[in-house]
Amino acid sequence: MTATVTDTTYVQLLDLACGAFLLAAVLVLARRELTVIVRLFALQGVALAGIVAVIAGHDGSAELGALAAGILALRAVLLPWLLLRALAGAGPARETRPLVNVAASLLAAAALTMIAYAVSGPLVELAPSPATHAVPVGLTVVLIGFFVLVTRRRAMSQVVGFLLVDNGITASAFLTTAGVPLLVELGVSLDVLFAVLVLQILATRIRATFGDADLDELQELRD
Amino acid sequence: MTTLLLAAPIALPALGVLAYAIAGRRRAARFTGTGLAGAGLVGAGLVGAGFVGAGCAAGQLAAGIALAAAVGRPGAAAITAGPLRADALSAYMVVVIGAVALLATAASPAYLRAELDAGRATPRTIRQYGLLVQAFLAAMALAVLAANLGVLWVAVEATTIVTAFLVGQRRTRTALEAAWKYVVICSAGIALAFLGTVLLNFAAAHAPTRPGLDWAALASGAAGLDPGVTRIAVALLVIGFGTKAGLAPLHAWLPDAHSQAPAPVSALMSGVLLSVAFYAVLRIKVIADAALGIGFARTLLAVIALATLTVAASLLLAQRDYKRMLAYSSIEHMGLLALGAAAGSRLAIAAVLLHVLGHGLAKAVLFLGSGRILQTTGTSLIGEVSALAGRQPVLAACFGLGVAALVGFPPFSLFASELGIARAGFATGLGWVTTAALLLMLVIAAAMFGHTGRMLLGAAPAVDGPAATRVWAADGPGAASAPPRLPVATATPMLAGLAACAALGLAGGGVQQLLLHAADALMGAP
Repeated sequence: MTATVTDTTYVQLLDLACGAFLLAAVLVLARRELTVIVRLFALQGVALAGIVAVIAGHDGSAELGALAAGILALRAVLLPWLLLRALAGAGPARETRPLVNVAASLLAAAALTMIAYAVSGPLVELAPSPATHAVPVGLTVVLIGFFVLVTRRRAMSQVVGFLLVDNGITASAFLTTAGVPLLVELGVSLDVLFAVLVLQILATRIRATFGDADLDELQELRD
Repeated sequence: MTTLLLAAPIALPALGVLAYAIAGRRRAARFTGTGLAGAGLVGAGLVGAGFVGAGCAAGQLAAGIALAAAVGRPGAAAITAGPLRADALSAYMVVVIGAVALLATAASPAYLRAELDAGRATPRTIRQYGLLVQAFLAAMALAVLAANLGVLWVAVEATTIVTAFLVGQRRTRTALEAAWKYVVICSAGIALAFLGTVLLNFAAAHAPTRPGLDWAALASGAAGLDPGVTRIAVALLVIGFGTKAGLAPLHAWLPDAHSQAPAPVSALMSGVLLSVAFYAVLRIKVIADAALGIGFARTLLAVIALATLTVAASLLLAQRDYKRMLAYSSIEHMGLLALGAAAGSRLAIAAVLLHVLGHGLAKAVLFLGSGRILQTTGTSLIGEVSALAGRQPVLAACFGLGVAALVGFPPFSLFASELGIARAGFATGLGWVTTAALLLMLVIAAAMFGHTGRMLLGAAPAVDGPAATRVWAADGPGAASAPPRLPVATATPMLAGLAACAALGLAGGGVQQLLLHAADALMGAP
C-alpha cells in the first residue's frame, strides 16, 4: 500500500516539475523584457533540476542526485548570471520587434505542443512509464526553443532560445533513460557553457562594431 | 604502446596548445611596455613559432600513418582504450586530418606575416590563432577516434567553439556576422544531433544487448533497436551532423564562415572539418541500415544529396566572390559524399573515402591560394581579379590546377572517386538520382571554369585602378609595376598538395586496398 502512495506522489511531483518546466518556456514567448526572459530561463533550470531530483529520489540514485545539484548550479545560477551580466551593459533590454507577435507566438506554442505529442508516440510506446509519458514536454520545449531562435531578433533572446533547446533535450534525456553516460553529460554541459561564453563575447563585439545587438543589422553577407 | 599510439593524434596538437599558451605568456611578460618595436619583434618571433604548429601537424600525420599501419591490415583488430577507439576508418580519417593540417599550418606563418605587415593582425591575435588552430586539430582527432557517439558529439561541438573566434578574428562587421551565424546555426543544428543521440541511447537501453552509445556495440546490436524510436533518432542525427557537414537544409552558415575565416583556417574547415562531421553520418548510416533496413537512410541521404547539389549549383552560377565560390564548391562535394553514402556499397564507401582525402587536399590548396590572392589584390570579388596568370604565374597555375582537380580532371584523385561514386550509384539502383547529380555537377563545373577563367585570364587592370593602387602602394613607388612574389613558404604547401592529390589519383591498387579495408571496418565485414 505504501508503495502505491509513494508512486502516486512520485508521479504528481514529476508532473508538477514538468508542468513548471513547460510553463517557463511558454512564458518566455509571452514576455519581451530580456531580464524577465533570463529569469524565466533560470526558473526553468530549477524545474529541470527538480525533474532530475524527483527521478533520483524514485530510483534511489545518489549519482542522479549529484547531477541534479550540478544542473541546478549550471542552468539555474551560472548561465542566468552570465546572461544578466551581459545584459547589464547592453542598453535598452527589450525585444523590440519580434517577427511574430505575442498572441501568435502563444498559438504557435500550442501547435508545437501538439506536434511534440504526435511525434513522441513511438517513444512512449517503447517503454510506457510515468517518466516517458512526460517526454513530449521535453520535446515541446525543444521546439519552442527553435521558435524563439527563429523569431527573436536580439542577440540575447537568441542565446536564450538556444539554451531552451538544450534544456528540452536534457529533460528528454533524463525522462527517457535517466540521462546519457556521465562523461558525455559533463562534456555536453561544458560545451554549452563555452558556447554561451563565446556567443556572449561575440555579442559584445557586435555591439561594439555595430552599435547595437539587433541582429537585423547582420545582413552584409549574402548571395 | 597501442594506447600511446591511439592518444598521439590528440595529444600532439594538445601539446601545441600548451606550447603556444606558455610561449605567449613569457613573451608578453618580457615585452610589456616596450612599445611598437617590441610588438614587432614579438610578432616576428610568433610567426616563426608558427612552424611549431606545422611540426605538431606533421606529428599528427605521422601518428595517423602509424595507426593506419597498425589497424589497417586485413584482419587487424581495432585498438580500444577508455573512451578512444581506432579501426581502419578512424585511422584513415586521422591521416586525412594530418595531411590537410600539415598543408594549412605550413602555409600559416607566411600568411600571418603578410597580415601582420598589413596591420590586420597583432601579436596577440597571432598567438590566439596558433593556440586555437592546435585546439581545433585536437578536437577533430578526438571526434574521429571517439569510441562512442556521445564523445564524438562533444568533440564536434568543441570544434564549433574553438573555431568561432578564428572565423571572427578580423573583427570586421562581416567577420563578426559570419562568426555569429556560424555559432548559432551550428550549435542549434548539432543540438538536433544531441537529441538524436539521446533517443538512440533510449532505444539502446531497451535493446536486448544494451549496447549504450558505443559504436562497435551499436553496430553489432543494431538489429535489436526499436525501429520507431531509431527512425526519429537517425533522422535527427543525419540532419544534425549534416548541418556541420554543410549539407542542406542547414548549410547557410558555411559560405559566410568559410569566406570570412583566415585562409589556412578556411582550408582546415573546408578540407577536413566537413568530412569529420560527415564521418559521423557514415557511422550512423551503418547503424540505421542494420536497425531499419537500407531504405530509410538511403532515401534520406539521396534527398539531402540532391537538395545540397541543387543549392550549390544555383548559387555558384552567379557567384561574384571567389572565396564564396570555393565554399559553395565544398557544399557540392559534401552533397556528392552524401550520394555515395546513399549508395552505401563497399565500393561506394571506398570511393567516398578517397573523395574525402582528394577534396581535402585540393580545397586546402585553393583556399591557401585564395588567401594569397586576397592579400595581393585586396579584393575578394571575381570581377576585380583578372589576368592573374600574367602577373603571378605560379599562384595562378596552382589555383587553376586546383580548380581542375576539384572539377574532376585526371590525373587528380577526384576523377577516380567521382567516377567510383557515380558507378556505385548506378549499380545500387540510384540511377535517376545519380543522373540528376551528374547534370548538376556539369553545371557546377561550367560555372567554376567560367569564374576561374575570368580571374586568371583577361586584360590586366589599369595600373591606376582601385585594386592596383591598394596592393602596390605598400611596396613603395618604385615597385609599382612588379607584383609581389609568391613566398616559397606559401608555394611549397600548395604544390605539395596538388602533387599529393595527383599521386593519389595515379596510385591505384595500393590505395584502393587501404580504402576497402576502411570500408570493411565501417560496415563490419570481415
